[in-house]
Amino acid sequence: MDKIMEEKKRNEAYAKYVQAKIPKTKAWPSLFNSFLVGGIICCIGQGINDLILLWFPNMAEQSAWAYTLIVLIFIASFLTGIGVYDKIGKFAGGGSIVPITGFSNSITSPALEFKHEGVIYGICVKMFTIAGPVIVVGVVASFLVGVVYLFI
Amino acid sequence: MYTNQTVIFKNKPVIIGSYSIVGPKEGKGNFGPYFNYVMKDDSFGEKSYEKAEMKMLKTAIVGAIEDAKLQSSDVNLLLAGDLLNQIISSSYAARDFDFAFLGLFGACSTMAESMAIAASIIDGREFDTIVCSTGSHFSTAERQFRFPLELGNQRPPTSQWTVTGAGACVISSKGKGPKITMATFGKVIDYGINDVNDMGAAMAPSAMDTMLAHFRDTKTTPDDYDLIVTGDLGKLGSEILIDLMEDKGIKLGLNYNDCGQMYFTRNQNTLSGGSGCGCSATVLNSFIMKKLRTGEYKKVLFMPTGALMSTTASQQGETIPGVCHAIVLECDESVKDVKTSTTSNKNVKNVKNKAVRQSISKKNQEIL
Amino acid sequence: MYYLWVFLIGGFICMLGQVLIIYTNITSARILVTFVIIGVLLQAFGIFDPISEFARAGINVPIIGFGASLAKGAISGAQSKGLLGAFTGGLEATAGGIAAAIFFAFVFSLIFKSKTKS
Repeated sequence: MDKIMEEKKRNEAYAKYVQAKIPKTKAWPSLFNSFLVGGIICCIGQGINDLILLWFPNMAEQSAWAYTLIVLIFIASFLTGIGVYDKIGKFAGGGSIVPITGFSNSITSPALEFKHEGVIYGICVKMFTIAGPVIVVGVVASFLVGVVYLFI
Repeated sequence: MYTNQTVIFKNKPVIIGSYSIVGPKEGKGNFGPYFNYVMKDDSFGEKSYEKAEMKMLKTAIVGAIEDAKLQSSDVNLLLAGDLLNQIISSSYAARDFDFAFLGLFGACSTMAESMAIAASIIDGREFDTIVCSTGSHFSTAERQFRFPLELGNQRPPTSQWTVTGAGACVISSKGKGPKITMATFGKVIDYGINDVNDMGAAMAPSAMDTMLAHFRDTKTTPDDYDLIVTGDLGKLGSEILIDLMEDKGIKLGLNYNDCGQMYFTRNQNTLSGGSGCGCSATVLNSFIMKKLRTGEYKKVLFMPTGALMSTTASQQGETIPGVCHAIVLECDESVKDVKTSTTSNKNVKNVKNKAVRQSISKKNQEIL
Repeated sequence: MYYLWVFLIGGFICMLGQVLIIYTNITSARILVTFVIIGVLLQAFGIFDPISEFARAGINVPIIGFGASLAKGAISGAQSKGLLGAFTGGLEATAGGIAAAIFFAFVFSLIFKSKTKS
């Protein structure tokens, strides 16, 4: 028993020491980068949306947004395929993960990665290793919200 | 003969051949000129990176046997391991050879583990010629332990870069070359680190434990070695090891360094340095082996560390245990004699040692 | 002029993601999940639409928008079709995005190959 306590104490002290030892990088450059890239991606989305409404003035707002997201997803998926998106991600961090383009990247990248294991067991099975939780959690949460709205 | 964890070899097995092969990025690193072969493209002409890793290991094994001027029929046994599940690279590489195979898993410590076992077998006069080999590949390790290559994420400052490369050496009971004189087998040590991006901190305690055991069992001090080198603790991990050893009253001087920390140049953007089986294996089988052969290093303590984790274990909340095996390499008597005869005066020899140390520390500064 | 708002709000939301990365070391899957939940909650409490009116793409392009459409679909489905609507509404509203992501990922993974980082 003593030995376990001693070990626990030692591990805690070590964890504290390691935390203090980890090199501290300045936060603001990466925060600025993510702000910049995230902002630009959103502006591109707005631009696409405006163009769609310009060309199809009768389109419902909801559908225009759906098309906008599809175009963004296409662009991100393509950039992932040609090996550019990971370089953007290295620079921008959260700036290219949080937009819908990050969702697209997290579906395309495992699909590409596991291509060698075949179409079914590679691409199809592994496609959702990263983005799967997003859909699961999103659907569960939205269903619960829907049920709550049933009673109010 | 053994004391506690350390075996001292009576017959001193000899390393008669070695070979190293690395990827293009590694070739541009600090050890670039020392490697036997630098690949132009890290897929090595294969369809997948796993296949490339197998081919790398195969090339290293063939290269080491050629370097030893032997035929593959002279080899009794192959000891090899790697990082992939079920050590596929090693076993599939062994498929193409006509000698017995023992697969090992010591994560990144595999090079020392295989050499220590090979030396023990040869010292007991059981087998005559054993090949030791290990390797790793950045892209296979990334996909198994981390994320797909094309995922746009950032690497934390403590993360390390898995070295694409493989090394092999041939150990024999007779011949000329650096000798393995001692081996210290390490215990599995866990200080409760669970951050998979901070392997250096997870493995440093195991390096400390093995180092203490080695100095205790062999009654040596850090000053007895021209070079003490750990495998892939990285910048952070090796700093931690120096602190840990200082706490135990042993000061590691300028003759201590870490392969991972030295591996890449500063602007290669590898954060805490290199890692993986290939990291220590390629440095040992190129740079260190060359210096031992010329007699520039007389006595080297080589002690790579391994993090014995899997993604399953860490997803279940397990911490990361580490292991570290150490071997002592000494240069051949003939080379030693040549050097000591030219520098017969003991003071001169000390100066020589100092010069070697300064050259290492200079290298150290260039990197940092 | 509203592009400035789009830029500022979109950039700010993405920066929050970066704050999470720096201070909690979480992976991208967790970041995406966190922001989807934020989106669902914003919609559930009816805060999303007022923000969306002036932030436009600034909040619709981040994955928060995806969570909000899931919730919006489920809510309107529940109100019009009852329990079945709560089940079908969310995915119905976001089916376009999910199908596009799957389709393009499938096609591009057949065409391209993942490349080593340097």
